[in-house]
Amino acid sequence: MAMTATQRARVSLNVQAGIFIVAVAALILATDWETIGASVFNFGKIGPMFPDIFLVGLTNTLVYTFLGFIVGLSGGLLLALMKLSSFPLYRWIATGYIEFFRGIPALLVFIAFGYGVPLAFGVSWNVTVVVMVSLGMVAAAYIAETLRAGLQAVPKGQLEAARSLGMPQWRAMVTIIIPQAFKIVLPPLTNEVILLTKDSSLIYVLGLTASQYELTKFGRDGISSLGAGLTPLLVAGALYLVITIPLSLLARKFESRSARTKR
Amino acid sequence: MNDVVNSSPKAAHVQAAGVSLTGLRKSYGSNEVLKGINLDVAPGEVVCLIGPSGSGKSTLLRCVNLLEQPNEGTVHVGGFEATHPDVDIDRMRRKVGMVFQQFNLFPHLNALQNCTVAQTKVLKRSQAEADKVAQANLDRVGLGHLADRYPDQLSGGQQQRVAIARALSMDPELMLFDEPTSALDPETVGDVLSVMRNLAKEGMTMLVVTHEMGFAREVADRVVFMDGGVVVEEGSAEQVISAPTQDRTKEFLRRVLDPTHIDLS
Repeated sequence: MAMTATQRARVSLNVQAGIFIVAVAALILATDWETIGASVFNFGKIGPMFPDIFLVGLTNTLVYTFLGFIVGLSGGLLLALMKLSSFPLYRWIATGYIEFFRGIPALLVFIAFGYGVPLAFGVSWNVTVVVMVSLGMVAAAYIAETLRAGLQAVPKGQLEAARSLGMPQWRAMVTIIIPQAFKIVLPPLTNEVILLTKDSSLIYVLGLTASQYELTKFGRDGISSLGAGLTPLLVAGALYLVITIPLSLLARKFESRSARTKR
Repeated sequence: MNDVVNSSPKAAHVQAAGVSLTGLRKSYGSNEVLKGINLDVAPGEVVCLIGPSGSGKSTLLRCVNLLEQPNEGTVHVGGFEATHPDVDIDRMRRKVGMVFQQFNLFPHLNALQNCTVAQTKVLKRSQAEADKVAQANLDRVGLGHLADRYPDQLSGGQQQRVAIARALSMDPELMLFDEPTSALDPETVGDVLSVMRNLAKEGMTMLVVTHEMGFAREVADRVVFMDGGVVVEEGSAEQVISAPTQDRTKEFLRRVLDPTHIDLS
């Protein structure tokens, strides 16, 4: 007998709920809770991580991310403008840069600036500089594409209106186009910061002193020193979420605001 | 008309304005949009450009302030040879106000700021002076009381009047209007046209691309009919709109003035 649409929807819901319950039950039964408890949820032994995981780990993650973002934003803006330039060489350079840095793993960039550049040029960079440059150069490639899309999303008539009021190209960009583009790119830019926050963990490939540890490195250090299994990483992971979830909410807020008004 | 110009205290100043286009050609690829246009607009004169869509009238207007670069021919405007390779385009554009079909107000600035931003950044006026000029021009278009509104808080007709005030705030010697009422709701068209009518009365030099035949007939000193990239007919409004001599003009006017007319030929 044929079912009505309402009946079909109810059956579908029941099937989906059934699959979920079976999957969760299987997972619970298959898990070795004793081992997990000792090696992942072993909160009894992690006391020594505090308060330094905040004072050092969280703080450094924030600092590295911020520095990388500043370099990435400035570089990205420059690259975006180059990519939109009427001078072909600038466009080629920008395209080459963006394709290169988006195409290779960020980890390689960290190794290149952490070990390659000091070897090749005989300079020794402070860890903060390496992070700032590595993170910033990778971020610049992604941010450039975001900004270019934002600049191009500003209607052509805006530039024409500005130019017809006698504004030179640069003035029209600075006063009229970029402020509007910035509002358009705020949500994707916020997502960019989330990615950067996570990428700052790649610093672990460099030789760090304890005061330079960020969250991931701090967690890994805890694994070897505390005997609480992977629990320190769980704590580090939770702290990443403390940073990224508010950013994600912020991005969503920007999005709904720009959907409402162009101001 | 000449009386108006000569009696104006700014006659000497106005003298530098006016437009002179000679042998203007513009192509997009193999598509020739302007096929050798000659057109003069005398200081203080109001010229309406009419013609079917795709006739090249908007392109012609945009060539005057070089939003479009003509391929051939010369543009003289406001005492500048705009097509000269060494011309300071930005300096030339200060004298030429432009009003767009889509208004193109700056959405991140309120009405007053829309009118002040180029004054302070381009003319280097003080903020106080720019505010005063902007407020006066907003009053002039009847929107002084909405100076702090943002574009998205204004109706289409109000936005277009702010756009006119924005252009006027630069003290232009010439105003270009690119179908200023085509994107408007019918009930707001009248306000915009009456602002333009007042401008014309004050002796502003105006070049207007429009489909508003009533406005052209009433306000224009001269009407130019374009079709297929050439000037087909020009003369007084009376001549061109009420007694056209060319078949193409007659056909166009029949369609525009009587929209219910269906050509079955």
